[in-house]
Amino acid sequence: MYISNTDQEKKEMLEKIGVKKFEDLISSVPKEFLNPKINLPAALSEIEISKKMRELSEKNKRLKSFVGAGVYDRYTPAAMKAILSRGEFLTAYTPYQPEASQGLLQTIYEYQSSMCALYDMDCSNASMYDGSTSFAEAVKACLRISGKNKILYSAAINPRYIETAKTYLANDPKYIFEEIPLSGGLTDEKYLAEKIDDSTACFAAANPNYFGLIENIEILNKTAKSKNILTICCADPFSLGALKTPGECGFDFAVGEGQSLGLPMSYGGPYLGIFTCRKEHIRQMPGRICGMTKDKDGKRGFVLTLQAREQHIRRDKAASNICSNQALCALGATIYCALLGPKGLKEACMINNSLAVKAAKELTSIKDVKLKYKAPFFNEFVLELPMKASELRKKVSEMFSIDPGLDLSHMGKDFENSLMVCLTETKNESDIFELKKSIEACL
Amino acid sequence: MNDIMKFDNELSIEKSRTGKRGLHFNCPSCQANIPLEAARKSEPKLPQLSEFDAVRHFTRLSKYNFSVDTHFYPLGSCTMKYNPRINEEVSSLEGFTSLHPMSLDENSQGTLEIIYDAHQRLCELCGMDDATLWPVAGAHGEYTGILLAKKHFSVIGEERDEIIVPDSAHGTNPATASMAGFKTINIQSTPEGLLDIETLKKHLNSKTAVIMMTVPNTLGIFEKNIKTICELSHKNGTLVYMDGANLNALIGLIKPGDFGIDMMHLNMHKTFSTPHGGGGPGAGGILVKKKLSPYLPKPKVEKKDGKYFLNENLPLSIGRIKSHFGNTQVLLRAYAYLLKHGPKEFAEIAENAILNANYVKSALENLFPPYSKEYCMHECVLAPSKELADKGIKTLDIAKRLLDYGFHAPTVYFPLIVHEAIMIEPTETESKETLDSFIETMRKINEEALNNPEFVKNAPHTMPVKRLDEVLAARQPNIKW
Amino acid sequence: MKPEEVKYTKTHEWIKIEGDIAVIGVSDHAQHQMGDIVFVDLPKIGDKKEKGKQACVVESVKSAFDIYSPVSGEVVEVNTKLSDEPALVNQSPLENGWLFKMKVSSADTSDLLDWNAYSEFANNEAH
Repeated sequence: MYISNTDQEKKEMLEKIGVKKFEDLISSVPKEFLNPKINLPAALSEIEISKKMRELSEKNKRLKSFVGAGVYDRYTPAAMKAILSRGEFLTAYTPYQPEASQGLLQTIYEYQSSMCALYDMDCSNASMYDGSTSFAEAVKACLRISGKNKILYSAAINPRYIETAKTYLANDPKYIFEEIPLSGGLTDEKYLAEKIDDSTACFAAANPNYFGLIENIEILNKTAKSKNILTICCADPFSLGALKTPGECGFDFAVGEGQSLGLPMSYGGPYLGIFTCRKEHIRQMPGRICGMTKDKDGKRGFVLTLQAREQHIRRDKAASNICSNQALCALGATIYCALLGPKGLKEACMINNSLAVKAAKELTSIKDVKLKYKAPFFNEFVLELPMKASELRKKVSEMFSIDPGLDLSHMGKDFENSLMVCLTETKNESDIFELKKSIEACL
Repeated sequence: MNDIMKFDNELSIEKSRTGKRGLHFNCPSCQANIPLEAARKSEPKLPQLSEFDAVRHFTRLSKYNFSVDTHFYPLGSCTMKYNPRINEEVSSLEGFTSLHPMSLDENSQGTLEIIYDAHQRLCELCGMDDATLWPVAGAHGEYTGILLAKKHFSVIGEERDEIIVPDSAHGTNPATASMAGFKTINIQSTPEGLLDIETLKKHLNSKTAVIMMTVPNTLGIFEKNIKTICELSHKNGTLVYMDGANLNALIGLIKPGDFGIDMMHLNMHKTFSTPHGGGGPGAGGILVKKKLSPYLPKPKVEKKDGKYFLNENLPLSIGRIKSHFGNTQVLLRAYAYLLKHGPKEFAEIAENAILNANYVKSALENLFPPYSKEYCMHECVLAPSKELADKGIKTLDIAKRLLDYGFHAPTVYFPLIVHEAIMIEPTETESKETLDSFIETMRKINEEALNNPEFVKNAPHTMPVKRLDEVLAARQPNIKW
Repeated sequence: MKPEEVKYTKTHEWIKIEGDIAVIGVSDHAQHQMGDIVFVDLPKIGDKKEKGKQACVVESVKSAFDIYSPVSGEVVEVNTKLSDEPALVNQSPLENGWLFKMKVSSADTSDLLDWNAYSEFANNEAH
């Protein structure tokens, strides 16, 4: 229990208020609701909680994991962890009183700047829930701007992003989602050109795409832009240490999953939804935005700005209902970017890519194991196995305490034997050999 | 913060020096293979700092902040209670943090068990039948809840497109309703701050899908007709949604399910003490009555033969509301908090929250007239007196002057229906001494405002910056370096 | 332009009709109430607006105000200067701070107020 008042103090307080007992304070509550029976176990002590939670954490099997698909096993720098655990950041609320929140507001400004730098975009908000909800909000912004109802998307976008976008549009049948097919695992711009019509609001692509392949996003954007529609690029922010940016290719919106910037995987969250756009769309951005300004004496300071877009002012006419965001995760990403800098991030990208290239080479040297696609990849790739990928995954994880990758059976019939393997800086060459051995043993 | 250190708001990019690095990697035989045409053309403009530079930079920034750990933070409607450290420790255990969200169920049993057990406990506490902890924020939960309602009406074949929202509601309520494609019907509260039954009757019709109620409402008043509201709504085929933002006033004392509500969201970062991180992450689970259970988002955590698993096979589900399961690490903190409390301890939370709020209200009501004369629940809404208003003192001035005294300001100008509202929520974790000192300070500010209004109007005087030019910020947005 | 030269609505827009073209803005009284204007969300040229329905939005730092069309018609011109200088609405609500021009389709102006009636209405509303 975390209550500070002693029984004596409570008595004094009731006296000061002028009531005899606590129940007098809640006389407005109908009696029938009060003091219901609650069937819960008795409270545990702190030591017992510590022990119980440790035991529960050990019920999760610790595996060497090669699963990626949008969530990556990244190293969290020790300095980042230390700063994030500071109570001054951890236990603050949204910076509603700017004079008492300059530190937090400045970190939001630095976050927005870092994301704009990575994506080469003009504007970033202060964060969304995760990559999929950022994507959904970008789709909604495109529908608002264009007043149209068709969304074209690459078949190599994370399918969960598409599902989330549909849910965010309340599964309203008036919005039409149409998939642009792939060739060789890459989005086919010829189909894209054909599919765009008068009702098309936007086109969305991902880079690297869901299969880890590097798309030609420049051509994709150009094709879409030649027919005057809006464009969205989902890009892994980590990969932008090395890969071509959505901004330099001319996308209207660029979104991404910020978990990749050193945040733990933690079974789904908290993650970080990155949302950026070009200047002309700034009014369509959902969520909070921090801006630099001056105080009465002309000194530099920071405030939340452009607030009239938001739910607490615009209510039913707001662009989004978002209120709480993922501020602490955004701070984590900001620290991560500051610790690595442009050179460190590029180096980290090179390590990821180099390990993936090495792993692909080693694994395809196993008999009957092939790369599914020929195109260059970033840090994950799809293998075509001589057996069901789900079975191999189960077998390897049971026998070797290795999760060898994600089976792609959820992508359809053609993917029953497809295993997607991901490498990050947390692995090394001996891990690759271990993975190879374990797969070999289970085929 | 007043005198701890000299204010330094140089940006990290301004401290950057070419060639500095905070983190290095080893990869002796690195051979990358990224085609030139796929490579980024120019380096991103990120700061170049040593690790020490970065640690000092962010640690200094942390000092220019009020937080629960350092300051009394009576922000109404936000329940800024103490965030126990054990919750931080156990939620950061590597067995939890290193788990990939697409791990096989048999390898995720610990986390799944916690989610499953948290569902059970929360349902029991609130008198509801089923739960999902997918949503990652209150507003995300609201949207999920309203989609459940939408699905419900589509399954039973009724076309309803209106949602009733009282004018005292949080802005997220109407924003959520319109996001889900509903028309918001705003209804006016009575002078006592309650929902008027006769007005409600007038607005309930065959188009009304949902009524969204906050209990206690944003004025800190218990909606004493809630049962009648539920009955009238149900008779009309309308579902009742409860905004659970103010659950701290009820927890352990009253089960919202007993009112007859059909669904509610929980703000784990309020009632269940998870830290708010400067604006998030939160967690915003949804609890429902049985009839809405089939529509919950997928996948659902279920249990069979002693094993936990994610059930994706839910034909009536509203679908996926984000890529992967909720803000799990936040939920782990909330779970540790659940473990720390049995039925008796939960009731003491609500009792002390209500006691503290009434203590502050009764001590200040002579100087700052409250919206309602009745006893309040976990928070109270006050306003500057006529004497202060005559001197031109606004709520904002009082809020800013409080900062000078080392108190975070209460929520101001909300609820919108109260002119110059000051909304104070002390929470149960604050001590009588802190409340006394806050009360004393409010009295002092009242004196100052009467005797030297200009001084108060120019507050704060001791913060790193004075009042900031928000007009400039909005007219010429400068949002990145 | 003098305040007497235009007509007003009870929602605080002013309108000046010349031939079939109407110029629309917000009254001086309204801009005072709104405080510093930071953004004007102008309608698109070609938009059809109905009398009494929302035509555009004017934002201050902490509020957003719906502007209603005083007559029905089609938007033919918008004050693009406001994108860079929203403060014109405060500085010169009746001249440089005009919002948009419409081609009027039905000139039902019977419920518009003249300056005297509007002043009285605005004064009463303020108390």
